[in-house]
Amino acid sequence: MPGKLKAKIVAGRHLPVMDRASDLTDAFVEVKFGNTTFKTDVFPKSLNPQWNSEWFKFEVDDEDLQDEPLQITVLDHDTYSANDAIGKVYIDIDPLLSCEAATVISGWLPIYDTIHGIRGEINVLVKVDLFNDLNRFRQSSCGVKFFCTTSIPRCYRVALVHGFVEELVVNEDPEYQWIDRIRTPRASNEARQRLISLMSGELQRKIGLKVLEMGGNAVVGYLQCFDLEGESGLVVRAIGTACTLDKLSPGTAPNTTTHTNTHTLPNTAPTSNACNSPSKDSKESPLAHGCRSTHNSPVHSTCSSQRLSHSQNFSVSVPTLVFTGMGSGGSVGKEAGPLKTLLRQHTQSALEQREFPIFTLTCFPPGFLVHVGGVVSTRSVKLLDRIHNPDEPETRDAWWEEIRQEIKSHAKALGCHAVVGYSESTSICEEVCILSASGTAAMLNPRFMREGCLDTGGSDHRLSRQPHPGMVGSERGEGEVSSTWLGFEDASPPSCGFVHIPYDEFNMPFPAQLTYCYHCRRQKVPDVLFTTIDLPAEAEVTGKGCLIQARLCRTKKKAQGEVNATSISNLLPFMEYELHTQLMNKLKLRSMNALFGLRIQISVGENMLLGLASATGVYLSALPAPGGIQIAGKTPSDLSYDQHISTMQKRIDDTIAKNKELYNIHPPECIEEVVGSPIPDRQRSSRLFRSTSESSDELSELDLSHGKKDAFVLEIDDTDAVEDIQSLLTDAPIPAGFYSCNTEVMPGIHNWTSGLQMFTSVRVYRLSNANLTNQGLNKIFTDLCENLLKSLYFKLRSMIPCCLCHLNFTVAVPEEELIQVAVTAVAMSFDKETQQAADKALTRGSGENEEQLQFSMEMCGESTISNNQPTAKPSGVPESAMVHSSRVSSSERCSPLPEGRSRSLRSTRSLPCGAPVTVVKMTPLSFLPGTRIVKYLGIINMFFIRETTSLREEGGVSGFLHSFIAEVFAMVRAHVAALGGNALVSYSMKECVFMENPNKNQAQCLINVSGDAVIFIRESDQEAIPPLLTSRQTSSTGADGTT
Amino acid sequence: MSVELDVFVVNTTIMDEEVYQLWLDGYTVNDAVKVRMEGGVLEGCEASAEVLHSDTMDQYRTFQMCERLLHSPVKLANQLLFQIPPHRQVMLIERYYAFDSVFVREVLGKKLSKGTKKDLDDVSAKTGVTLKSCRRQFDNFKRVFKVVEELKGPLVENIRQHFLLSDKLARDYAAIVFFANNRFETGKKKLHYLTFQDFAFCAGQLISNWTVGALDNMVEDMDVDLEKEFLQDLKELKILITDRDLLDQHKSLVCTALRGKTKAFNEMEANFKNLSRGLVNIAAKLTNTKEVRDFFIDLVEKFIEPCRSDKWTAGDMRLYLTHYTNSAHVLDTFKHQVVWDRYMGVIKSCILKMYHD
Repeated sequence: MPGKLKAKIVAGRHLPVMDRASDLTDAFVEVKFGNTTFKTDVFPKSLNPQWNSEWFKFEVDDEDLQDEPLQITVLDHDTYSANDAIGKVYIDIDPLLSCEAATVISGWLPIYDTIHGIRGEINVLVKVDLFNDLNRFRQSSCGVKFFCTTSIPRCYRVALVHGFVEELVVNEDPEYQWIDRIRTPRASNEARQRLISLMSGELQRKIGLKVLEMGGNAVVGYLQCFDLEGESGLVVRAIGTACTLDKLSPGTAPNTTTHTNTHTLPNTAPTSNACNSPSKDSKESPLAHGCRSTHNSPVHSTCSSQRLSHSQNFSVSVPTLVFTGMGSGGSVGKEAGPLKTLLRQHTQSALEQREFPIFTLTCFPPGFLVHVGGVVSTRSVKLLDRIHNPDEPETRDAWWEEIRQEIKSHAKALGCHAVVGYSESTSICEEVCILSASGTAAMLNPRFMREGCLDTGGSDHRLSRQPHPGMVGSERGEGEVSSTWLGFEDASPPSCGFVHIPYDEFNMPFPAQLTYCYHCRRQKVPDVLFTTIDLPAEAEVTGKGCLIQARLCRTKKKAQGEVNATSISNLLPFMEYELHTQLMNKLKLRSMNALFGLRIQISVGENMLLGLASATGVYLSALPAPGGIQIAGKTPSDLSYDQHISTMQKRIDDTIAKNKELYNIHPPECIEEVVGSPIPDRQRSSRLFRSTSESSDELSELDLSHGKKDAFVLEIDDTDAVEDIQSLLTDAPIPAGFYSCNTEVMPGIHNWTSGLQMFTSVRVYRLSNANLTNQGLNKIFTDLCENLLKSLYFKLRSMIPCCLCHLNFTVAVPEEELIQVAVTAVAMSFDKETQQAADKALTRGSGENEEQLQFSMEMCGESTISNNQPTAKPSGVPESAMVHSSRVSSSERCSPLPEGRSRSLRSTRSLPCGAPVTVVKMTPLSFLPGTRIVKYLGIINMFFIRETTSLREEGGVSGFLHSFIAEVFAMVRAHVAALGGNALVSYSMKECVFMENPNKNQAQCLINVSGDAVIFIRESDQEAIPPLLTSRQTSSTGADGTT
Repeated sequence: MSVELDVFVVNTTIMDEEVYQLWLDGYTVNDAVKVRMEGGVLEGCEASAEVLHSDTMDQYRTFQMCERLLHSPVKLANQLLFQIPPHRQVMLIERYYAFDSVFVREVLGKKLSKGTKKDLDDVSAKTGVTLKSCRRQFDNFKRVFKVVEELKGPLVENIRQHFLLSDKLARDYAAIVFFANNRFETGKKKLHYLTFQDFAFCAGQLISNWTVGALDNMVEDMDVDLEKEFLQDLKELKILITDRDLLDQHKSLVCTALRGKTKAFNEMEANFKNLSRGLVNIAAKLTNTKEVRDFFIDLVEKFIEPCRSDKWTAGDMRLYLTHYTNSAHVLDTFKHQVVWDRYMGVIKSCILKMYHD
């Protein structure tokens, strides 16, 4: 089905001087789409040309509309020689293809040149007319909405979650084609930019087709990545979660979402079963999927190196480890008890029809997430080979298929039927590639996945279920577990249900201490929980959270080919193990018991491997309090040695005490007595051994009823352990007034002001000493990260009190002896006064916005006072108090901002003249505090290359990269503004590849950014006027000084 | 181990005002770090000198990238590269165009040429303002001069619109442009006691009273130049000193009015003819461009110094000039009242401003 693309070139401004003689430019514009090109007239002798062209019309297939970008080239007319290009603008017209997104692209866009950067701006108008036939969106995937956001977008309601979609396209990298030797760097860069733009478009279209096949209308949590494989090619791959979204009618209050959800929530099992059974029967049995994982031994399993069809193709599957709380175990647990089996059947059947029960979402509609098992992850080392036939990217597909299968089997081993918070990544060095995937094994509520269920019988259930909430409440009040609450036999209250173990307690996939849930006292929970998802809104948290990082560096010998791959794959399990140990220790040191948003990145370089694990630690009220850390010496003979140990012990204890204070973690003591907990071993302990051989013994030892040592024991039997303890204690404390996390929001902080600042920081370090030991490298790497954080705190000190949210670290080894660390995050300030009030009242997980808070309150209200048992509520504060306090905080939000911040936010004075530039906010989060997103305008996915041959003149590497990143931000903002938006949410910089050659005075950098362009409005009019409105007002009232 | 690359980029560019000032003042990064350390910026932060250095570098880079835009401030408002809140833009511009009064005093009235720029190192050594800062200030003067030179209409308003400066700063720039254009001599030793603000005030007076634009805003001409016709008319004032009767008459009128009102009456009476000759001669010579340059030195030599040596107070001066100006109106044969008022109005306020130690 064809469509008509129309473009109009209005004007240019700030163009560079192209003619030295006149200090002016004779500019004209070429507009190209597919193979059709139009030209404007030359506008002679001006740096601010007014072309005001006619509408250029392209009649094209919608397939092309999806794949191709609109390419605008600005040139300087030259009578005697070839016209000089000033720069280009690529416009992705995909947002115009969905009726719910943007309708027009109009505005000033920077003209970009890969050698010179931004060179002026051009004002364009772009529209699309799609021919209206009934089958409008069925032939291609036009109209499928894409969201980078990994939660259900704010102004939509999810009707169905269809599941995993993935696609991958490959091509030759233009940079490595023979022609590259004879063409200019500019031509080569442009070829690359254009190719990637095309490939992204194609990828999106193909994914869209899959979504339509599944019956969905949107992709949420869309994650697109590039693998620059060098000689062997260019891979663009994407994953996402296909959904059916219903748009909430405009004007409805945000809490309508929650209302709808609350109503549909009691939708229950019996009827759903009926809907579901046919499809279930037709599919293979849950167990048939089995576990294909071959490496089930904890650490030293033989590295299975399989050869694939190509002779060059080499692959090493990395043995996966079994960790406490971090189940990447391959061993299949025996089928759980009858109750669990039933549960599994219910839910599994819904997922069974999917090849991969995998979801890229990290944040879920209430009731979606039933149980969480733990982190599942898989890595695989591959040798790259030239992609022979770009049209058949089978090898790469097969690699990922394999990985996803493994992830799936790991999840099964954890007794889970699904994986959530799933992501994939690669690290490439020369011909070696590490493919990684990780996610969180989980049990999901099948209601969201069952086709037709909601639409047909939904209203009936709702009606019939109306009395239930009250009933549920009374039941639970009497101490009965409501079996119908969520439609599961072993239903659990929402605030703790997700932490209940999904696996069978007698056949645990990894060693863990199980206790009864501290919240409901009915179900078993693990002692620690690691996840890759965001903290569920309904989770109850004590105190605040904090960023926890584990960092590791391992040297490796330089090698080629298979030898190299094998040595890397041999190192990987040790690194994972070390990182896990560090995470665990640091978690204990902060007196916390759960990690959210866990990302483990392992980067490969020629002579080293870097591992960086980041997560947000919290104290989940439903989980047991973590024990302390105890240091034990192996040889307690020497007096001074003992002394040394006791000093260290004291330091650790002090740190723990300090951290408890800092993060406000004051769990109620001796809660067990009150309830009469059936847990024999009151003080939890776990034991972590230095040597891996011991840990296998531990497996057999595991039995929760057996007594354990008092606390987490660190045995100092070698220098490694001393190092560990040192590194534990050398983590610099966060300066007062700062909090940090890598999740969407900080547990325990609710009253955000609208003050926010998104930033990107990149550092490259050169290791001067070539012969570094592992310990030396570790120290350096840790210092790098710590110093970077310190720098961030210092730079953002004017925003105090504030929280650095979504701190996303990426590490790379761009060259031998170089380490690159890039951080993107958003600093958000909050109100201190109301914060304290809220703290006192209660801490409830993730008050990321009003809706969520209100939702949890409504939940409580509907399930009556049932939750209110003092025993079950650690803080023991009545519900009403919490409701009250949060209302207070929301009303205080309207009050003027504190001085320091208001200066940066409010524009008290406006410039007397000049066209106002729309203020575009950018954030890696899916929301902007104090605002409501009213429209999603489409996905922004941009790829830029910048190159220079005059590095010194541009201020060296730092000057070069600084201006490039600033330019990328500027171009993103301009494109958002042209779509009519005022913010970009879920922003991420996925790729930042930097290469330099100082001797030749050259450098090159590639950056890939993405996010969702949105329109937001303030929640309250009394609130401080946002910069956007101010600037608009300025424009409308007319500049006061111009007369 | 060394940091090879270190950048920090924010979406909303907010610069530290303190660092910005250090940059404007021409401090090197290392010196700026020292100053900041001494200023106690690290107190209460868990930060080291390294952190401070990295932060300073980042900010310096941002300033350097912004500098191009600051050269044409109107662009700053509609450029896309940096998202800077409007009130911050105002601050950036205002600070960038601010100047040191010691520096401006040195170049005031000089030709804003390459030659002058070459001598800036001497100025820097003399004033203690860093060479970098001197160059920025000099370039600012020159840039404003070049833009305004070509424009028609009121000078201050032109500067305000093209450089988005505050009224005060725009007026100062107008003075600088005016001085540079007319090449008023300000460097002579006798003029050293005068501050830039004294001159700026005088320039303001001259601009608003003696230029073409002064009388009629609608006139499509610049007010960088003094009005030629007016200068011609000033020649007519000579009659006040050439005509003996008129001079005596004028003197007796002034003396009658002053008698008993000031302690310096005797000196005033004795010097009247000299002083009057001085002021009228200045007026008569202004048609000659070279003499225009000496306007201020003449005022000081011919009028201010004699009065000062006679120990007139500021009050005396005001009294004398008021009566001197007003008495001329009573002279029957003196027909140039309008020109006289236009001349003396400016002279009076200039002298009053300049009459201090």
